[in-house]
Amino acid sequence: MHNKTLTELAAGLRSKQFSSLELTQAFIERIKQHSEINAYITISEETALNQAKIADQLLANGNTGPLTGIPIAQKDIFCTQGIKTSCGSKMLDNFIAPYDATVIEKFNQSGAVMLGKLNMDEFAMGSSNENSFYGAVQNPWASDCVPGGSSGGSAAAVAARLTPAATGTDTGGSIRQPAALCGITGLKPTYGRVSRYGMIAYASSLDQGGPMTRTAKDAALLLQVMSGFDPKDSTSAQQAVPDYSAGLNDSLQGLKIGLPKQFFSSDLDSQMAAAIQAAIDEYRKLGAEVKEVDMPNLNLAIPAYYVIASSECSSNLSRYDGVRFGYRCQNPEDLADLYTRSRGEAFGAEVKRRILMGTYALSAGYYDAYYLKAQQVRRLISDDFKRALSEVDVLMGPVTPSTAFRIGEKTVDPIQMYLEDIYTISINLAGLPAMSIPAGFIEGKPVGLHVIGDYFSEAKLLNIGHRYQQVTNWHLQVPKGFE
Amino acid sequence: MSLTASDVKKIAHLARLGIDEQQIDGYTKDLSNILDLMTQMGQLDTSGVIPMAHPQDQIQRLREDIVTETDQRDHFQAIAPQTEAGLYLVPKVID
Repeated sequence: MHNKTLTELAAGLRSKQFSSLELTQAFIERIKQHSEINAYITISEETALNQAKIADQLLANGNTGPLTGIPIAQKDIFCTQGIKTSCGSKMLDNFIAPYDATVIEKFNQSGAVMLGKLNMDEFAMGSSNENSFYGAVQNPWASDCVPGGSSGGSAAAVAARLTPAATGTDTGGSIRQPAALCGITGLKPTYGRVSRYGMIAYASSLDQGGPMTRTAKDAALLLQVMSGFDPKDSTSAQQAVPDYSAGLNDSLQGLKIGLPKQFFSSDLDSQMAAAIQAAIDEYRKLGAEVKEVDMPNLNLAIPAYYVIASSECSSNLSRYDGVRFGYRCQNPEDLADLYTRSRGEAFGAEVKRRILMGTYALSAGYYDAYYLKAQQVRRLISDDFKRALSEVDVLMGPVTPSTAFRIGEKTVDPIQMYLEDIYTISINLAGLPAMSIPAGFIEGKPVGLHVIGDYFSEAKLLNIGHRYQQVTNWHLQVPKGFE
Repeated sequence: MSLTASDVKKIAHLARLGIDEQQIDGYTKDLSNILDLMTQMGQLDTSGVIPMAHPQDQIQRLREDIVTETDQRDHFQAIAPQTEAGLYLVPKVID
């Protein structure tokens, strides 16, 4: 059962090959068997079994949607009423959210079953999942390697078949980079497409939730449920949601693909470059035309991102004060001591670095030089994308500079870790949708192909992913020991 | 652009963020390196460029001023570290 796609699972449930309860129990059993992966922070067994029983009744009455009775798992950044929402932090280790995130509410309404909450870098800050209070996550393809981050638990769980599908969030690459390193499909939608209500904030002008699945077809089903205008999110897009599955099989004849020359510089690892070129050749065979595009400001995406993200993070994380919820230090001397020690004791090193960096960038005398400058650079990067996407339909390139790296390899120097997101970060600055799909292996470790589209072109991206997955089988590979 | 240990202590104070004394040097080094990375932006002439605060240059949406939420004080305070008589408790501020 664990190797079936969402469509196959839905068919199995409808034809009574298995019940939702059996399916849910099988996955919970499997999660416990593979606890070494450390993909889950919380297994919500009781809730899952109850939801499965209700789903079985709905299925018996024929009252179903595409996800009714199908187990999925949620990144532990989405608030779930009555179930711990830790965001990977000691700060929220005791936090039971008093309400559901809109995304959770939508999945509940769809009849999906929630298996549990997935491991992640603390407050979604990191590219390896090593910043989690709950420990590192193993990459199912190589147990000594990271799964990527920050949605590392989500990617590892999908790759190891510990859930049929999962959610992630992407502020600078946190869906696409782990999807690439774990050999799964991950889509970061257009900023505003998926509600941020109840999705714990890191950098509000960049954060966006999205699906992490084995196939593009599955991603379409998940995105269908997650998307839509939400009055509770002040930056939610007031734009109709198309049928994401309708155009999956559309022809790619005449598709114009742009290759940003900055993505294929001489710095790019030769094996990675060869894998990406081979994937692009498949698209040529499917009828696509390929041309180079120039995006001269991309090289400044990392500095601009770290100013903007750190600034927004320092502001967003000021809410953790030890007063209303979350961690509080023992025996505070006075109010200042309560704030300072609660935050000092409960935040990890990377979160502290970003709070400090952001506080500095926003402080008197430095605001213009850093924050305003970064927002200007952001505009120029966004203009580069606008120009490129007026010439071509989509952009393609690598998702990551290399395949999964070893646990501990990049923890000493924060900047080495930041460079991991060199190809993904600019997309968040522009607010565009982008996807990582499995496109081969280097020495047994997965490679992701990056497909970037214009605003609200998710259906096109999924079509492009699906057609590739019809002629390749990279997405069907299963890591050893998880067959 | 390099920061000193006392700069870091000052920023940590602004952020109400406790940093262990023995870790100050490590943070000073890391933050200085990150600042160096950020100053790369100086290469680019951005004069006259309108800062981009939001990916879609949206106008802030307004809503009707109507009550949509009910009082859930007890529900929300159930997860607070310390409360009394419906109030959040903190150490005494005024002697």
